[in-house]
Amino acid sequence: MAERKTRELFLGEGTGTDGSQHLYVNMGPAHPAMHGIIRIFAELDGETVVKGDVEIGYLHRAFEKDCEAGPYNNAIPYTDRLNYVSPLINNFAYSSAVEKLLGIEITERCKYIRVIMSEISRICDHLTCVGAGAMELGAFTVFLYMIKAREFLWELVEDVTGARLTISYGRVGGVKADLPAGFDLKVKKAFAETRQVLEEVHILVTGNRIFMDRMVGVGALGREETIAWGITGPLLRAAGVPFDLRKTQPYWAYDRIPFDIALGKNGDNFDRFLVRMAEMEQSMRIAEQALEGLPGGAIQVDWEGRAIEPDAYVDLGKQGKTEGLLLVPIKLSPNLQGQDRSAHDRVNAQDKRVVLPTKADAYGSIEGLMNHFMLVMEGYGIRPPAGEAYFAAEGANGELGFYVVSDGSDRPYRVRCRPPCLPPVAAIPRMIEGQMVADIIPTFGSVNMIGGELDR
Amino acid sequence: MDGHAILARLRERLGDGIVATHDYRGDHTAVLAREAIVPALTFCRDDAALGFDMLVDITAVDYSRFPGREDGPRFEVVYHLYSVAHNHRVRLKVAVEQDDPVVPTACGLWPIANWLEREVWDMFGIRFDGHPDLRRLLLYEEFEGHPLRKDYPINRRQPLIGPKV
Repeated sequence: MAERKTRELFLGEGTGTDGSQHLYVNMGPAHPAMHGIIRIFAELDGETVVKGDVEIGYLHRAFEKDCEAGPYNNAIPYTDRLNYVSPLINNFAYSSAVEKLLGIEITERCKYIRVIMSEISRICDHLTCVGAGAMELGAFTVFLYMIKAREFLWELVEDVTGARLTISYGRVGGVKADLPAGFDLKVKKAFAETRQVLEEVHILVTGNRIFMDRMVGVGALGREETIAWGITGPLLRAAGVPFDLRKTQPYWAYDRIPFDIALGKNGDNFDRFLVRMAEMEQSMRIAEQALEGLPGGAIQVDWEGRAIEPDAYVDLGKQGKTEGLLLVPIKLSPNLQGQDRSAHDRVNAQDKRVVLPTKADAYGSIEGLMNHFMLVMEGYGIRPPAGEAYFAAEGANGELGFYVVSDGSDRPYRVRCRPPCLPPVAAIPRMIEGQMVADIIPTFGSVNMIGGELDR
Repeated sequence: MDGHAILARLRERLGDGIVATHDYRGDHTAVLAREAIVPALTFCRDDAALGFDMLVDITAVDYSRFPGREDGPRFEVVYHLYSVAHNHRVRLKVAVEQDDPVVPTACGLWPIANWLEREVWDMFGIRFDGHPDLRRLLLYEEFEGHPLRKDYPINRRQPLIGPKV
């Protein structure tokens, strides 16, 4: 009797009668093997998962509501926090959605910069995903190696944007600043290190008995089912579907850069791992080619080749000595880096409705100052005509879509982010059904859930 | 198939079910009557020429503060479809009245519709008729109101909740 009561206490009322009952287990929301806050509620028969339910929303912070509350460029820092492993892609995708709504074209150099920075972010994302996934299967070395490689890439990101994670580098109509000098050499060095790491990882885990046993045939979804679940990105390509927005609906400069789509066959965790590994190589290939083909555009030279102090510039303007003045570069304080005229014009669209003027113009001429005010004052700013647009970019996890509705005012009426990792997380119960409890871990790792974009 | 052909084919099949069409910035859109939405989605998925096998997104927009549309139907539920086989897209929309915020579910067509519709219910309070499990997705059950409605103030506080008993 006493024993029966203990059983009932642990397993629920009415159990312990015929010797067979299901056990309900919570994994998460805070579980060491759950890198991300998510709760998987699993019904177990012995060690087999009979049914699963996933509960999300622990990281919800009203991204879409916040976007409606401020002007268009205000949403850029919020997009950093969507997919916090590859924030640059979010920045650019959101900017492109608003640009589509406005119907403006960005400069060629800006397109290439977006491609380069997106691909560097994609590699960071895949490194994190593969590294963390391997660590949970016991391959801690892989994690350390990959985080080391990511560190080299994050140094590149830091070089360009000034931050590692909260980068806020995209702008509607362009990017914050031009690439720094000598960037291509740094990229070359970082990619050489990354390639070395990828090779080491291949030697360590691809073909490793323990790793293969845990990955091959686990968490598999067939081709049709993957599509029906709305899953895109590496998971869909691992199922053998050559769907990659960079190829199928090319945006920015992807149609001019040759690369291959990495494809799997079985749609299981091992194929997902291989697809991600192959994609990192392709991303490096894209970034290298984009850096080579990066259009310079003539750097504007001033009329006598001298830079001038801002106050002297203003004085000259006041005295009416304005001839050729707009071509003179102004010495600016270091915290305005990247806003000098030569770099500004190359990376921003020539559209006064959208792009802030250079600091030289804003501080040096009345037209620039008025233009600046018109863009930052409440009720003015970027005002797309009333309408709606959906822009999708290939995020690291799949199709990252932004659906923006404008009512003609300076604030977006509605911003909807279509998070690429929501469909695979919704499909987790389907992937783990009928498999062992331990298989939840590699499957969850291969889904690459990112709380920031899943919960928004 | 280009966008105009897709809309033409939909119009040919659904007739009066289509209220309006437009193609702003290259996104082809059909606005449908509520009773036509499930037949339209089914047709989009099963027709060989359209072949929209992927439901990309379901979301909604609250038009109650939109200049010029304050008196019209309050909500619009927006479906984005994509065809992997044919590489084309379409957007379907259905207007929903404030007094009767119900749309038939698409769960029987695509499994992902389950979660996407739960999110729309969570954020906008639009019910999906026939949905097997219409719980909130991102917020918790005790949450009061639906935050993406325009009459939900951005700074509204929610009462504290205790553990479930």
